[in-house]
Amino acid sequence: MIPDSSAQQSFLRKHKKRQQFIRLMRLAVFLVFLLLWEVSARLGFIDSFIFGSPGQVYLAFRTLLLTNHLLSHIGITVFETLASFFLVVVFSLFFSVLLWLCPRLAAILEPYLVVLNSLPKSALAPLLIVWLGASYKTIILAGISVAIFGSILNLYTSFTEIDPDSLKLIRTLGGKRKDELLRVALPSSVPYLLSVMKVNIGLCLVGVVIGEFIGARQGLGFLIIYSSQIFKLDWMILSIILLCIIAMILYQAVSLVEKRVVHTCGADRS
Amino acid sequence: MPALLELDHVGLSYHTLSGEIQALSQISFSVQEGEFVSLVGPSGCGKSTVLNLIAGLLIPEQGQITMQGLPREHSVLSVGYMLQKDHLFEWLTIYENVLLGLEIQKRKTKESLSHVDRLLQEYGLWNFRFSHPSQLSGGMRQRAALIRTLALEPALLLLDEPFSALDYQTRLSVSDDIWKILRKEGKTALLVTHDISEAISMSDRVIILSKAPACVRCEIPVFTVLTDRTPMQMRNAPEFKQYFQQIWKELNHDT
Repeated sequence: MIPDSSAQQSFLRKHKKRQQFIRLMRLAVFLVFLLLWEVSARLGFIDSFIFGSPGQVYLAFRTLLLTNHLLSHIGITVFETLASFFLVVVFSLFFSVLLWLCPRLAAILEPYLVVLNSLPKSALAPLLIVWLGASYKTIILAGISVAIFGSILNLYTSFTEIDPDSLKLIRTLGGKRKDELLRVALPSSVPYLLSVMKVNIGLCLVGVVIGEFIGARQGLGFLIIYSSQIFKLDWMILSIILLCIIAMILYQAVSLVEKRVVHTCGADRS
Repeated sequence: MPALLELDHVGLSYHTLSGEIQALSQISFSVQEGEFVSLVGPSGCGKSTVLNLIAGLLIPEQGQITMQGLPREHSVLSVGYMLQKDHLFEWLTIYENVLLGLEIQKRKTKESLSHVDRLLQEYGLWNFRFSHPSQLSGGMRQRAALIRTLALEPALLLLDEPFSALDYQTRLSVSDDIWKILRKEGKTALLVTHDISEAISMSDRVIILSKAPACVRCEIPVFTVLTDRTPMQMRNAPEFKQYFQQIWKELNHDT
């Protein structure tokens, strides 16, 4: 390796400094926020009964962990989210492939999909509870209902945007529709599938929490509603923070998978 | 011996909601085994449509296409097709890309694999067989695309402006390269192009099509005094300019 010139070295140093500064400031914003929250609660600028304080939230965390099966609430919410996420991926792949294989079916169903997709899906949750009863299966279905229609539409669109010449190549090599699907449509849509998945994991969590609001005895969504009824606002804030952390971890996990897959197969369409 | 390929009064129209567009009318020409023939014509005259018909991707509405005297659809002879872009798939290695046709047709035998290996070795892609397409230069990619087509051992090769996506310099060397490979493998080829110099430099015969609806305006056999002809040398041949002007005149006949 040739050693970098001094100009290059100073450029790299500057870049590294800038990155460090950004990381430091991000942490600082968080700490300052916590500090202001705690101090203003202690000094009585805000009502700690309504707004809580970091200290109270931490205490709530400890008591809930010991007495109220906090871990099982977290576990059930994560399980329901992952289950609905998995089912969304499977079903949306299945239906988007079906639509692509039968353009006529796609043409017939298109307006229905568009309407279902633009419907605020949270409106469906009460109906699902009445129809299917308050069980974890219903909550999973609520999670699915939020993500599935947009997911089908996005994947189907990515199939229809494949370069027609790539498909022509398959036919000149003697391939049929099946070969077009397996050798071009599916592999070239992997990056789209992954970015759709990144959106879906968040949407599924939204659906699951809405479902838990309405008809559950367990889960973080239930805990939020329950603590609002018994006016334990530090429990509520704690649940929201936990949801935040769960959402972040799930999203990061999917994007980690995305990075790895895109890196190894380098799928692109050019 | 009937011609390898013969088009007899072939016609085709495209049907759209705004009306019927006649693309080809009464196209007749033939290609003999071992020949390199070019089709030139004004842009949008339906040159690519002719290739799609020969490849069997479209069915003619009038006339018929025969290969060695047998109708196209009954012929056992296979037709290879090279598109404008190489369309090598980035998620496959060069080796997997080259085997695509054999895999689709379930013809991966010991013989066909060793044929592919020989082609890769002979044409300088052996060391790149586990690379991905983005790691190759434009010329090498086009070569890989050619090997993908040759792997199926086609009796006739259709080239649909296969060099037009390349920059000028690469284009000259790649067309020279591909031409030499085709000669060496003894392949019959039909090239569609709008580049007159490319047509003269590569082919034994140039067929000129008229404006749409296309029909054959005339055929010009290309002879040269050169003893060892290659596309690169043909561009400097004494006859080159004359052929160029003749084809130019024919192309601009209507205007």
